[in-house]
Amino acid sequence: MKPPAFEYLAPASLDEAVAALAGQDAKILAGGQSLVPMLNFRLLAPPLLVDITRIPGLDYIEDWDGGLRIGALTRHYTLETSPLVKARFPVLHAAMAHVAHLAIRNRGTIGGSLCHGDPAAELPGLALLLDAHLKTTKRTIPVAEFYQGALATALGEDEILTEIMLPALPTGTGWGFEEFARRAGDFALTAVGVTVGAEARIVVIGAHETPMRLPAAEALFTDRADIAAVAEAARDEVTPNSDLHASADYRRHLVEVLTRRALTAAWERAA
Amino acid sequence: MIKVTVNGTAYEREVEPRLLLADFLRHELGLTGTHVGCEQGVCGACTVILNGDSVRACLCFAVQADGAEIETVEGLGTVENLNPLQQAFQKHHALQCGFCTPGMLMTGVDLLRKYPLATDGEIREGLSGNLCRCTGYEHIVQAIRSVVGDWNKHGMDSK
Repeated sequence: MKPPAFEYLAPASLDEAVAALAGQDAKILAGGQSLVPMLNFRLLAPPLLVDITRIPGLDYIEDWDGGLRIGALTRHYTLETSPLVKARFPVLHAAMAHVAHLAIRNRGTIGGSLCHGDPAAELPGLALLLDAHLKTTKRTIPVAEFYQGALATALGEDEILTEIMLPALPTGTGWGFEEFARRAGDFALTAVGVTVGAEARIVVIGAHETPMRLPAAEALFTDRADIAAVAEAARDEVTPNSDLHASADYRRHLVEVLTRRALTAAWERAA
Repeated sequence: MIKVTVNGTAYEREVEPRLLLADFLRHELGLTGTHVGCEQGVCGACTVILNGDSVRACLCFAVQADGAEIETVEGLGTVENLNPLQQAFQKHHALQCGFCTPGMLMTGVDLLRKYPLATDGEIREGLSGNLCRCTGYEHIVQAIRSVVGDWNKHGMDSK
């Protein structure tokens, strides 16, 4: 269908954008790769779209004490091809290969993906795996407090995500990312990202209404880990829904298999 | 009022904010080579090149393209003077009904510009966001494969 009518503003600064959002029931338009389909389906009919892509200085990838600071308007294609991302966070680089198709990656932004918060999208899961700090026009939110449900975040109505801060991984951290989707570039039926160092982090997407860590499985992982047992624990820790694309049992099975593969790869990569 | 350059020609038009770029190209500029399939970013038929990047013209409003340079399938070549990728599509029978073809071509151009496409797997993955309901994918992959390597080396890309 065609989108419903709306007013459109393209402010030139964050201050103007925040002022435009206040009390308006407006939606922020960044890359538009999730918002515009929802408008075309008429799932949403906001009176106002505030296009933030004309605001300068929100598209960058910079060093942050060995980690990275990433501007919210950085496009997926830029992340996918960034040598800094590949060097500092190879797990993010690997995950980017699964994000949508080139024409979507050319437009979609990291900030847009994180704020949209699709439970099966890669970037929210990667933000959780990498313990991102999400800087907004008001405050800095730890990613663990950011997601409140499917497509629901802690952001206020006139608050704009401006920067994603990824703290450096300890030297020698191993990593793995495994995804299963019906077609290259589709949303994940399930995906698992892990990092392994002094402690393990295991994050699952597509198995819950938000990306989730699996603390019980993480706790089982030691330097003499029985990876198969950790993967079984991961399977028992998720309670996915059945839908058109996959049954809950099948998703649980995927969690086990993908966790095993991701941990095995991470263990081999860990120094 | 927006200003865009499409295939080298400058246009200025008054547009409603909700007008999709795909409909702007077709209805305002009469460039009906860009096809509209799903209007939800899934089928890839409306793919055009915006400031050097392939985009879904159904997931972009015309107002967002203000100031942009756009390439559509009409800019690739003419019937008398097909672009090398179009020639390859003809030679390899890479189109049947032709509905997906403009999107396949524009996606193909961006893939050829950005990726080495060393394997068929890469080409298939690159095309995975473009649907062909005639299911003629094999020939499309062959057509693209036939110009990989020559594309940049021999300046096939006229842009």
